[in-house]
Amino acid sequence: MKEITISTIINTVEKLCIDANYYIGKDVTDCMKANLEKEESPVGKEILSQILENNSLAAEKQIPMCQDTGVAVIFLEVGQEVHIVGGSLQEAIHEGVRRGYEKGYLRKSMVYDPIMERKNTKDNTPAIIYTDIVPGDTMKITIAPKGAGSENMSELRMMTPSDGMEGVIQFVVDKVKRASGNPCPPVVVGVGLGGNFEQSALLAKKALLRPLGSRHTEQKFADLERTLLEKINKLGIGPMGLGGRITALDVHIETMACHIASMPVAINIQCHASRHKTVIL
Amino acid sequence: MSKEIYLKTPLKTDELVSLNIGDKVFITGILYTARDAVHKKLFALLEKKEPLPFSLVGQVIYYVGPSPAKPGDPIGSAGPTTSYRMDKYAPALLDLGLKAMIGKGVRSKEVKEAVVRNKAVYFIAVGGAGALLAQTIKASKVIAYDELGAEALREITVENFPCFVGLDTKGNDLYEQGVATYQIHEETI
Ligand code: SF4
Repeated sequence: MKEITISTIINTVEKLCIDANYYIGKDVTDCMKANLEKEESPVGKEILSQILENNSLAAEKQIPMCQDTGVAVIFLEVGQEVHIVGGSLQEAIHEGVRRGYEKGYLRKSMVYDPIMERKNTKDNTPAIIYTDIVPGDTMKITIAPKGAGSENMSELRMMTPSDGMEGVIQFVVDKVKRASGNPCPPVVVGVGLGGNFEQSALLAKKALLRPLGSRHTEQKFADLERTLLEKINKLGIGPMGLGGRITALDVHIETMACHIASMPVAINIQCHASRHKTVIL
Repeated sequence: MSKEIYLKTPLKTDELVSLNIGDKVFITGILYTARDAVHKKLFALLEKKEPLPFSLVGQVIYYVGPSPAKPGDPIGSAGPTTSYRMDKYAPALLDLGLKAMIGKGVRSKEVKEAVVRNKAVYFIAVGGAGALLAQTIKASKVIAYDELGAEALREITVENFPCFVGLDTKGNDLYEQGVATYQIHEETI
């Protein structure tokens, strides 16, 4: 039995919130640089260079790369041999978010209720927390701050088995087309295939956590990822939607078994500010 | 990218009519920051025929909700927010003399018509480049609705703020024409 204290969790989450918003992942930078070479539109090239410059400025000056520092989405993988001591795990996560968003000068973007008063909670809580209990004696904490520009362009559809592969391709490509410049392309497209209504959405979100350039472990889905990426980059939407070759940096699919009569498909769009950081305690 | 042009606010119509979509523009002067919440409030004032907190004539509204400023900085990260949420309000403000908007994303038919009718312009700044754009902001002060926090109405002073012409006075739309230029048609997609 390994003990992890609440204060360790608070401190870890605080730091993760700040780091995720100041420092973009190396996979994103590398992918952006490679795509800058491929982009043919002069406006598109200029935009990709501005993004690269922006991200290195953010790290250097220690400020958020984007002002929309998002909803704090937290994924926990808690080893079943871990003993959490000193208080509530959920509360510790919220407290870490509260401190991180304050200390890091991050924008607080949560409102209490979605439709009535929409009053800001002023500390960016509540965080959205997913917890998996897994074998082992470690705790993995991932934060993925998610801005609204790209989240608002996401969609879930309960397709039928007869829609088939063609139907899925059409849905994904058309979604990116309709989203146009709104989600700050070049985007990363997360696709959740299967499960049920809510599982497909969660799969789509988890797909965004994979490093850029990585492929689904099964060949047939890896091929589908490549096909989708190719088709999306023929749309011409380009960086910021102003025309160009590079509309998406990558497409990631996560899959799961599903009911004989269903084919849930969820698409979670991620902007170029593809932020996530992980720590294992 | 056709040309690089330097503009000073307040903007003059004769400078705007020579702009074309895709031009890279650097703006120096005052911008007013406003998002959904401020637009709603400005509209309520207009309906009651009360004066607005600033004069719109020749001015530029930047759709942004910055992150908090670090000590010693005038502002935090400050990139554009998605413009379509302001489409409902923009035509009326343009008709009252607003000369330009800065944001990101496509605009409605009504906004495009109001841009042409008033010889105004829609500029596009790079979304998610908030750290870079913040470097061009030299001063910032809240002039109304402080209670809205990030969404308050601010007067900001910029030096060579970089953006692209998205909608020009002739009714051209960079979103449409840019995408049409690079789209590769397939039999079935
Ligand atoms: S979509 Fe992403 S990059 Fe664009 S403004 Fe929102 S958080 Fe920032």
